[in-house]
Amino acid sequence: MTVSGSGPRPGAVEGSGSAVAPAGSEVRAGTDMFGAARGGDTSGFGGLVRRAPLEASSPRPYGSWFDEAVDALTAAWPECSEAVTRVVVDRGELTLHVRPDRVADVARHLRDDPDQRYEMLLGVSGVDYPSQADRFHVVYHLMSMTFRRRIRLETQVPLERPHVMSVTGVYPTADFHERETWDMFGVVFDDHPALTRILMPDDWDGHPQRKDYPLGGVPVEYKGAQIPPPDERRSYA
Amino acid sequence: MGLEEKIPGGIVLTSVEKVVNWSRKSSLWPATFGLACCAIEMMATGAGRYDLARFGMEVFRASPRQADLMIVAGRVSQKMAPVVRQIYDQMPEPKWVIAMGVCASSGGMFNNYAVVQGVDHIVPVDMYLPGCPPRPEMLMDAILKLHDKIMDEPLGVNARRRELPGYEPRELVASSSRWSPEGRKDARDAFFKEIRTPEGQR
Amino acid sequence: MTIHDDTATSRRTADPYAPPTPAGTRETTEGKVYTVTGGDWDSVLGANVDEEHIVVNMGPQHPSTHGVLRLVMELEGETVTSARTVIGYLHTGIEKNLEYRNWVQGVTFVTRMDYVAPLFNELGYCLAVEKLLGIEVPERANTIRVLLMELNRISSHLIAFATGGMELGALTAMTNGFRERELILDVLEMVTGLRMNHAYFRPGGVAQDLPPGAVEKIRELLEVLPQRYKGIDDLLTGNPIWQARTQGVGHLDVQGCLALGVTGPVLRSAGLPWDLRRTMPYCGYEDYDFDVATSTDADCWGRFLVRKQELSESLKIVEQALDKLRPGPVMVEDTKIAWPAQLALGSDGMGQSLDHVKKIMGTSMEALIHHFKLVTEGFRVPPGQVYVGIEAPRGELGFHAVSDGGTRPYRVHVRDPSFTNLQATAAMCEGGMLSDAIAAVASIDPVMGGVDR
Repeated sequence: MTVSGSGPRPGAVEGSGSAVAPAGSEVRAGTDMFGAARGGDTSGFGGLVRRAPLEASSPRPYGSWFDEAVDALTAAWPECSEAVTRVVVDRGELTLHVRPDRVADVARHLRDDPDQRYEMLLGVSGVDYPSQADRFHVVYHLMSMTFRRRIRLETQVPLERPHVMSVTGVYPTADFHERETWDMFGVVFDDHPALTRILMPDDWDGHPQRKDYPLGGVPVEYKGAQIPPPDERRSYA
Repeated sequence: MGLEEKIPGGIVLTSVEKVVNWSRKSSLWPATFGLACCAIEMMATGAGRYDLARFGMEVFRASPRQADLMIVAGRVSQKMAPVVRQIYDQMPEPKWVIAMGVCASSGGMFNNYAVVQGVDHIVPVDMYLPGCPPRPEMLMDAILKLHDKIMDEPLGVNARRRELPGYEPRELVASSSRWSPEGRKDARDAFFKEIRTPEGQR
Repeated sequence: MTIHDDTATSRRTADPYAPPTPAGTRETTEGKVYTVTGGDWDSVLGANVDEEHIVVNMGPQHPSTHGVLRLVMELEGETVTSARTVIGYLHTGIEKNLEYRNWVQGVTFVTRMDYVAPLFNELGYCLAVEKLLGIEVPERANTIRVLLMELNRISSHLIAFATGGMELGALTAMTNGFRERELILDVLEMVTGLRMNHAYFRPGGVAQDLPPGAVEKIRELLEVLPQRYKGIDDLLTGNPIWQARTQGVGHLDVQGCLALGVTGPVLRSAGLPWDLRRTMPYCGYEDYDFDVATSTDADCWGRFLVRKQELSESLKIVEQALDKLRPGPVMVEDTKIAWPAQLALGSDGMGQSLDHVKKIMGTSMEALIHHFKLVTEGFRVPPGQVYVGIEAPRGELGFHAVSDGGTRPYRVHVRDPSFTNLQATAAMCEGGMLSDAIAAVASIDPVMGGVDR
């Protein structure tokens, strides 16, 4: 049968327009329910393919306002090229991949620069890609009300040293959001005023939203049968 | 009232028991314990259209010390569990608990690390009410069945009667049927005939 | 809340309030067991607290905190010197749950976050999934979505008035607000089948079309509601007690709002007309004619006025949506994505319409395969990540959805407006009086299901 649903392979952040990954990067995550050896099913839907994430920048030109924005950023702030490692444009959204210790600088620059003017931080959250070395990605969404557009900052840290510079000095709203990311993923935000658990009880062990943390359900009893919790059930995908 | 529980054995007449139980069920005051979506439906049940005041229950007591019914409405998270227990402990006897909604009854759709799988892990529950969220009419049905259960409770020393063999608990019939006025006698008789005949008996 | 005094100096013999096990952890056969006991605030704070300051805990069970919110306030007399919010009492792990369900099943989870305005959660999630899929929903689906969402916005603001009024002592506001809300819930029940937590919006459109009679019922509602609004107006707006309790209370200006990331009526009450329906429209909102309710008061009174005006604006949008309805499909045509049900009322209740069943079982093999694969496995969403923000009644509700190409969400993070807006509590309450803290929290109108998810 198929692998249990304890966490699919990590996702791909693809470059714009490239629907096909370079040969050799496809990872088949197991056969599907018809047991076809190649992994393709017989329904006509296409084989189940889960790709390892592509660690590549999008090719220029990005399209719409992204080109001027990135050019203005690099022109106004020369250290940008050290702080920003990759620029990805996908589905009409711009993502800047930033080094974990430079996040606050990038955020400050994006807030203060007259061409960027991202006045509001919408939220900070985490994503866990256990197959990568730097498995915890911290994602920041910024919004510019002047220019009516959004941008995403993404940074990644490994399990051994999950430290990211806090942006509460730049955007005070990050307070609760960074506490939640610490609570759920275990990412430590340096210089945060009070990094404590916010959603789980204060003495909880573990960081629930990590992929290796179990869902923690109990089997449900019915008359004459027992249904296992969702993470232990048979999965058809 | 808890004094009547302490009267030494056997001298309490059954009619006193009925009066005491009737007065308990007629003004059962709930403690505000709305947690999540079921709380909104509970508030709607207390509001104008589905009126809980007709059962004497519109006073949602803020302080658990003045309440006799705790309607646990909504999902109980791990962080909230000690609070539930503390509120329950603060309520004086006699007290009852309705687990409103599937999340309070059994964890509901949230079978995971964060939700207590049924508030009966924490407090003893008298009435489980499924639904997500249960309609106000369903909540009223649960309350009426609880009224029936309260009418059934033996008083004081006789409370031990429950464990004795041959004890038949009362059928949980909505009190609107059981105590209906004479005008509905036919309906009432038909109802009881149905549940008492061998085919109808569950 | 009872105080357990377990400091060493007062541990006399047979202290009735001493907990049987002191606080800490211990290993048992079942695993680690934590003992959580209370503590006397004096022993917790030690020398940090002035004699004149008392620490008040408005605990998670309280009639006046808007749900299971815990406010810990340090008071000097009646003035609040420091206010902290403690949340997490309703944490349900919805985001983690989504990773173990299909993309379509996610709607039922997501709808229970902000349970007062569930359709907005569903819309944000569906928009995120549709953006990942790269599909466009049909026109009629968009119109139905806007129609129901605005009705939900009205019912949400009515709850804001009802619970806000109750917390400030205006109990009639509660009964009135819930009475109007019942009218709207009747409509929603007729259309979606449920009064609350309808899983009606699906990725690709809506679950089923409007039933016959729904449009007439909504038009009746459009006539009844303005008079009811006048009732709320008479009850609250001119009420000198209401004005005295809300004017000048909970002040937060635009700088504060932007720094704290506050959106929604709180931001608009500070003077900035930022409404995502107008500034970054979605779902066809650019075609509707409505005003963005703004106020310059930046206090609870301003927020009350903003919400009141939004009630009327939403009615305008509902009327325009009704006029815009044209016959058409309500679900996207791509059968590999569209939810395959065609429901109809039969002799035993609502179920698949017999023609649909005949078609699936009798004539079309593809329909059978699609039905089977969609229900067991679900559709596949191409890999990537998106962020979609919509204007919920409380502010910007954002969905950050990450897909790895499979049939289950890889990660969905919800940026809930109440979570962010609650950070403004400290800024609003400190320096004011204790009763003003209640008014301030009521004006933020947080819904703890969204805050804790």
